[in-house]
Amino acid sequence: MLNYDIVVVGGGPAGMAAAIRARECGIDSILILERAECLGGILEQCIHTGFGLQYFGEELSGPEYADRFICRVNEMGIEYKTDTMVLDVTEDKKVYAINKTDGLLEIQAKSVILAMGCRERPRGALNIAGTRASGIMSAGTAQKYVNIDGYMPGKKIVILGSGDIGLIMARRMTLEGAKVECVCELMPYSSGLTRNIVQCLDDFGIPLKLSHTVIDIQGKDRVTGVTIAKVDENLKPIPGTEENIECDTLMLSVGLIPENELTKNAGISLDRVTSGAVVDEYRETDHKGIFACGNVLHVHDLVDFVTQESQIAGEGAANYVKGLKNEAKYITTKGVGAVRYIVPQKVNILNEGDVKLFFRVGSTFKNATVKVSYNGSELISRKRPRLAPGEMENVVIKNDMLKGFSEGGVIEITVEG
Amino acid sequence: MTRNITCVTCPMGCGITVEINENGEVTSVSGNTCKRGETYAKNEVTNPQRSLATTVRVNDGVYNVVPCKSSAPLPKDKIFDCMKVINSIQAQAPVKLGDVLAENICSTGVNIVATNHCPAK
Repeated sequence: MLNYDIVVVGGGPAGMAAAIRARECGIDSILILERAECLGGILEQCIHTGFGLQYFGEELSGPEYADRFICRVNEMGIEYKTDTMVLDVTEDKKVYAINKTDGLLEIQAKSVILAMGCRERPRGALNIAGTRASGIMSAGTAQKYVNIDGYMPGKKIVILGSGDIGLIMARRMTLEGAKVECVCELMPYSSGLTRNIVQCLDDFGIPLKLSHTVIDIQGKDRVTGVTIAKVDENLKPIPGTEENIECDTLMLSVGLIPENELTKNAGISLDRVTSGAVVDEYRETDHKGIFACGNVLHVHDLVDFVTQESQIAGEGAANYVKGLKNEAKYITTKGVGAVRYIVPQKVNILNEGDVKLFFRVGSTFKNATVKVSYNGSELISRKRPRLAPGEMENVVIKNDMLKGFSEGGVIEITVEG
Repeated sequence: MTRNITCVTCPMGCGITVEINENGEVTSVSGNTCKRGETYAKNEVTNPQRSLATTVRVNDGVYNVVPCKSSAPLPKDKIFDCMKVINSIQAQAPVKLGDVLAENICSTGVNIVATNHCPAK
């Protein structure tokens, strides 16, 4: 059996940032376990730019953003194993993993950081009728084919779902000479960033069909076309609005799901809305010493926020290993009305610093007011010119406010306007 | 004339209103939340530009392609010309992040640089 102070599951942006921060906090014995052949995670195939504006103040591509952290991991001599699949994390912080050179690894950790990221929602989760022809794939799969493997998965494309990956792939396929017929979005709004709608669709004249979905897929060996239809307010297809579109590929960009099988197996409580663990302000789960950060905790729209969150988790894990974390008195956070969720779900009022609460709304707002209350009385009121489901928001709870709270209290965030 | 545009400089996506006089000159910019937004808005109505990210074929590399980007934004109407040139290039492994793969692409004064490493096979 191997022994490490901190084992990090996942070597993407979250895992690397957490490991680096833990090392900066003085922990020497750290091991990152990564399933893919190299560190970097999904950033390796996200070759478009737009990463790092918040964190580095520069516009980087995904691989460039990842490379900064890979270099740092190497400079600091943080140990990692690639091509290594973690099979199980137990309540007493044993990590079981497997790879071709070591075989089965049994590792006893003092603290574990879960940074497994998320995966795309597949066709099976949508129940689209039609044949099982080839040419139906998630947008992320197509992204890997084009950007890593270097070949085009189709020529005439329909994209279902207007998440950022779908929008980015609409542009990528168009640049490489494919014809993207349209992007269909079930909801009356896009979950992607506004700038991606402008520079990935509008720039190339690709129609975005809101309140539309794919109701049938045709083709025997290869997809030959899809049928789309407009949906009503209950998201049900409206008869008579069907339209057939000839295409050879259907790409799905219909949401991301945090990859929490290990978390569930460890018996850690999950949040029904985020599909990630319930955590405190250091991203510690309800199992002491097990932390979660990045897209495994809740799906982020910017990697910069993943980095910042993971640094917090790395610091939390380091403090835990050093025995610095003493007693905790928790208050809980609760999203009300249009506020779908808040991370962290609980906050230790004995914390010495300010606490940033991240939240996401369920619909779009213009000139809205974000209101934060504690046990029903208003604490903070902030104007926001616009809020959208695709863009994560945050409010800061100052430490002097925190000091005035008592155990068991509830912070609520709501949006008006 | 008034033009409403969405800034694509960063993920904030600010809505910006630009006023243009009869000579095509920008008279006012509003709605932006930073200086870069103002610059973007002025360019967008006079000389729209976009940065380009794509891939270049690699010979004898561990991967078939290496990702690359334009070192500065390119004129929007030259993007497809640049893609044609980039897709005709073959880089030789090993490629290092930051290597210039094409100089002064389509006489724009902009270079195409690798954005990842591609070791030799």
